[in-house]
Amino acid sequence: MSLELRGITKSFGALVANDGIDLVVGDGEIHAILGENGAGKSTLMNIVYGLLDPDSGSILVDGKETIINGPGDALAAGIGMVHQHFMLIPVFSVAENIVLGHEKTKRFGILDLDAAKEEIRRVSKEFNFDVDPDAIVEDLPVGIQQRVEIIRALIYDAKVLILDEPTAVLTPQETDELLKNMKNLRDKGTSIVFITHKLREVKEAADKITVIRRGKVVGTASPSASQEELASLMVGRPISLEVDKGPANPGAVILSVKNLNIHDATGRRLVRDVSFDVRAGEIVVVAGVQGNGQTELAESIVGLQEFVDGTITLDGLDISSSSVRDVLQSGIAFVPESRELNGLIGSFSIAENLILDVHDLPPYAKGPVLSPAIVAREAELRVKEFDVRLQSIQDPASSLSGGNKQKVVLARELSRPVKLVVASQPTRGLDVGSVDFVHERIIAERDSGRAVLLFSTELDEVIALADRIAVMYRGEIIAIVPPDTSCEQLGLLMAGIHPDIKKSA
Amino acid sequence: MAHRGSAVVQKVALPALAFLLALLSGGILIALSDPLVLPLIGSPWKFVKAAFRSAGKAYLALFQGSFFDTNLMTHGSFISGFYPFSETLVIAAPLILAGLSVALAFRAGLFNIGAQGQFIFGAIGASYIGFKFELPPVLHVLFAILGAILLSAIWGGLVGLLKARTGAHEVIVTIMLNYVAAYFLLWLLKTELFLRPGRLDPLAPPINQSAHLPHLLGKDLRVNAGLLIALGAAFFLWWLLNRSTWGFRFRAVGANAAAARTAGISVPFVTTAVMAIAGGLAGLGGAVQTLGTQYALTTDAAGSFGFDAITVALLGRANPIGTVFAAILFGGLRAGGSTMQANTQTPIDIVLVIQALIVLFISAPALVKYIFRLRDIKTGSSVVSKGWNG
Amino acid sequence: MSEREREVGSLSAPERRRRRGIATMFFLGLGALLAFVIIPKQNETVTFGFVMDKEWVAFHEWSVSSKTGSLGFAIVALLAALLAYLQFRARKTIRLASALFSFTFFMSFLCWAASGKFIPFTGLLQGGLLLSIPLIFGAMAGIISERSGVINIAIEGQLLAGAFASGVLASLTHRNWLGLIIAPLAGVLVSLLLATFAIRFAVDQVILGFVLNVLVIGITGFLYQRLLIPYQSTWNSGSTLNPIRIPILWKIPLLGPILFNQSIIVYLMYALVALITVGLFRSKWGLRMRAVGEHPTAAESVGINVNKVRFRNVLLAGAIAGLGGAYFTIGAVGTFGKQMTAGQGFIALAALIFGRWSPLGAVAAALIFGFANNLQSVLSITGTPIPSEFMLMVPYIATIIAVSGFVGRVRAPAADGVPYKRGESH
Repeated sequence: MSLELRGITKSFGALVANDGIDLVVGDGEIHAILGENGAGKSTLMNIVYGLLDPDSGSILVDGKETIINGPGDALAAGIGMVHQHFMLIPVFSVAENIVLGHEKTKRFGILDLDAAKEEIRRVSKEFNFDVDPDAIVEDLPVGIQQRVEIIRALIYDAKVLILDEPTAVLTPQETDELLKNMKNLRDKGTSIVFITHKLREVKEAADKITVIRRGKVVGTASPSASQEELASLMVGRPISLEVDKGPANPGAVILSVKNLNIHDATGRRLVRDVSFDVRAGEIVVVAGVQGNGQTELAESIVGLQEFVDGTITLDGLDISSSSVRDVLQSGIAFVPESRELNGLIGSFSIAENLILDVHDLPPYAKGPVLSPAIVAREAELRVKEFDVRLQSIQDPASSLSGGNKQKVVLARELSRPVKLVVASQPTRGLDVGSVDFVHERIIAERDSGRAVLLFSTELDEVIALADRIAVMYRGEIIAIVPPDTSCEQLGLLMAGIHPDIKKSA
Repeated sequence: MAHRGSAVVQKVALPALAFLLALLSGGILIALSDPLVLPLIGSPWKFVKAAFRSAGKAYLALFQGSFFDTNLMTHGSFISGFYPFSETLVIAAPLILAGLSVALAFRAGLFNIGAQGQFIFGAIGASYIGFKFELPPVLHVLFAILGAILLSAIWGGLVGLLKARTGAHEVIVTIMLNYVAAYFLLWLLKTELFLRPGRLDPLAPPINQSAHLPHLLGKDLRVNAGLLIALGAAFFLWWLLNRSTWGFRFRAVGANAAAARTAGISVPFVTTAVMAIAGGLAGLGGAVQTLGTQYALTTDAAGSFGFDAITVALLGRANPIGTVFAAILFGGLRAGGSTMQANTQTPIDIVLVIQALIVLFISAPALVKYIFRLRDIKTGSSVVSKGWNG
Repeated sequence: MSEREREVGSLSAPERRRRRGIATMFFLGLGALLAFVIIPKQNETVTFGFVMDKEWVAFHEWSVSSKTGSLGFAIVALLAALLAYLQFRARKTIRLASALFSFTFFMSFLCWAASGKFIPFTGLLQGGLLLSIPLIFGAMAGIISERSGVINIAIEGQLLAGAFASGVLASLTHRNWLGLIIAPLAGVLVSLLLATFAIRFAVDQVILGFVLNVLVIGITGFLYQRLLIPYQSTWNSGSTLNPIRIPILWKIPLLGPILFNQSIIVYLMYALVALITVGLFRSKWGLRMRAVGEHPTAAESVGINVNKVRFRNVLLAGAIAGLGGAYFTIGAVGTFGKQMTAGQGFIALAALIFGRWSPLGAVAAALIFGFANNLQSVLSITGTPIPSEFMLMVPYIATIIAVSGFVGRVRAPAADGVPYKRGESH
């Protein structure tokens, strides 16, 4: 089955997310749509799948114009989608999730799940998916949850399968498996639209590549094109994949973590017996696939986790049981994983956001009295120094773009006198320009003698920035390796496979 | 942002239109339920005329009972025509305080439905100190007020503490505590401690003269120092929210608790502190009502102040100054409603209907805009509560 | 997220909750034992009366000395707690043991509190059931609305609207069955406002529910003063529905006359609870309702119209609560009284939270609340050492204890109270 898009346009307020996009996905091909974060790929696919209405443009399935007013229409037209944020109900079983929307019933509207379970077992077997139809979704690992979504699309006879950033949550090995399955599906006649910003995967799996930049199609390429070519097409200017960085000059131990264990409220252990040091003037990157305990580890250092045992010392001072406020005051800058959720208060002004964790200290406050004039004056200085693009410092932070939001967070955290910078996924979802800015800034912090602890899931970023790499898997740091470790080895470590590497810490 | 009319118009337009719509709807209800109007439905002209007369008479009485009445003027000067407005302000004073309680909680992301219970405890505290002790005038008032604030702050703070410690949703806890407070009051008034000597009905001893709040404009007008206390509290709250580090923290937690926590602000402390202050404000309302108007604790000590407070805070957009105006408006509806009921046999319950409709229209700006075909109205709202899991 | 491991020997959340529950049982049981020994009380007899009607086998009455009774039952209660503990250790369900504990603890209390008195036991149960009827209707309405993602604080208003409409129409037409039809419609009307403002205009649902209650109280109060009082003979002189005896069943000893000699409203309630219990977890309707209440975007992504499902279920909830409202007028007293629901809607809300948004849990909570309320009025007539005001506080304090996590963190449907707009959230 073929899918054709003609002149799809969609804007959100002043932002044009899709600008007259034309695209043809042929029968039985893997068509990669490549573009950096914010280029409009997900918007486009949500339109195709009926989750968003386009402002103009048309969708043709097998050459016939098809009106898609909702996911129901898309499914009926043979379009299936595996979403970046899984569309599964956590408290439902696999079978319940799969029948939802297409329920078969017995008498009196009672659900008939037996046929669905049989189907799930059949498809699961055919693709070697190993999915139990009775399992509750929230108990399943993400890799399996993704398979549930694929099974669902297959059971509903999807002829075109859209995969939206499917590898973001997978280990390199799981990614390879997925790419193999995609080819397998293609060979059986399913067309696949593969959305990604990862060049390696595109080259490996795609039959055709369409590149999108700022909501427009800027070109097509064949998988034989080099990574540099694809990257410059994607970003719009030639870029180097390298980051300028001199050798590290490590000094005294600033952060020392010993035998750290973290549990959640129900008693499950999220981080297991973790120990490591970070020295002044070096960048230690904690690498690993999302969800292996990095978030909790990062939060525990600033005191945001509740059930922690073990010791954390900052420059000799034990901060294991200090409050968040005391930890921040004692000299740690913290860039949380989510700018919107934890880094900023969207409805507060930019100026107020710049003093979130120092609002009660001089010069901003005298005793309990705030000084708005000084807050504003300092804010003007900060936004200039960090090149935040804005109209007014009194505008709400939510009006800023992702990159500028992150700059506000950095401006706040790095302007305090700190010894250690803890940054959790600081470039996630940013455009290339902002990523460069953040990387340069982090290296500058290192070069000024601060210790840096960075958490990243992106292999490229890990290799570009790290002076030492700590690989985390299922709550454990399974190895600490030098930055010249090969990608393959890192990949194996991230999947928990421990070849004979000596710990270099 | 091309047309940005004056800021005041922007802020006032929506509430004013909502008020208008609510009055209109109330008028229709009054007219349609009038036994003299309905039989005329056969002849449209007579029917419309009678309907207008019916609603018009009721609303005229409402105005006369809440603001100015020429009939009262004839007895004395022009000023005495404002006797009804004094009554409006008498009701408004405790309403402002209870409204501020709800407004403060809203700003910190908490929905305080418990102003009623907190008001009751304020009244209990003020009453006890008011009748039990013999103290010099000003000191006695201060002491009684302090006792009221303390008691109600503990009652309110309990909610914050429960939320901070266990995550118990404040909406549920405060709803339940209102009933507990009401039953507690019923029981208390039957105890030796609070039974007026020589009486068997639940009525506490009268407050000593020294603890009465003084009248502001002479003996005849009941408006008393409680109004000044309320206005002072509104100013204090404005300062607290906008110019102090405490208020900064309160607002930060209200706007995004996760980000506030990440920035080192203690969410449990803020939750507890806000609910304690909110309790104190509502309790101060109870004290003003007891020491300034009632002069004795009864089973109906809180009337419906604590519930009206919620509509007041919503109409005032959880803003201290807005809350003052909203409370005066609703105080007027209450005061005028009694006159309306007495003069035109229009039940005072219509006031509840108007109140509810105002808030309903305010909270759905899209609807008001649609009805009036408007575009340029500012509709931002700081009033947001969260679902049960929030 | 990778697989998270569980510590060996650690307990899951429900297990910990159960353990805490058992600890509470021991604590209460011991407390009862001590309190009833220490607090001096004449050793008078308590008499329980059982006969109501012409059951097949009729117990007449049973007398026991206050001290023996309270101590005896307290000891059995402690044994029940022990049984619960053993069952828990053996990883078996503790439901039966908990029920036994509740019953014996309550009997122990009753023997102590009603010393020297006559307690009409069946009447106590019957009255409790009657008081819990509107609570059950209200809680069912809450469950349906909240399971589909719309917080329903307006239960009070829906009950009151149903009570008013059914009372007035039955009085005007002298036909009670018309009251049964109009009551759900009145509830739907309130729900229509709730659904429109919550779903179409995305108004905060807690505020909305609160305001709708005020609106309904205002309108019914206004019309009551304006029409029902001055023209009482036409507008407010209804009668009550006649009880219907279910053949055979009503003769079951003890329970028969309580459960099976009731008005049609009560039978409708039984059917409703059964339907909702089965439907919520095993029907297409229930699956979709829970889906839009847990993860609306996911429901939308498989072609379900989220807001339509929500809208319909909120209307259905209104109909159920409205029908429950009819109980106040044509079910119980015949005439309408101002604010006659008196906060029952909020207790229904409490019951549904106490019952963790599950139909049977909510029914159990509603029965407990209704029963506590009735016990209070019975004891306040016969005289009791505990002031009736404190007895009246029981449902409210119980709810606070419940939401405070004493019996485990209560979890609402994930998207409860969150408006859904297409293409806005993930």
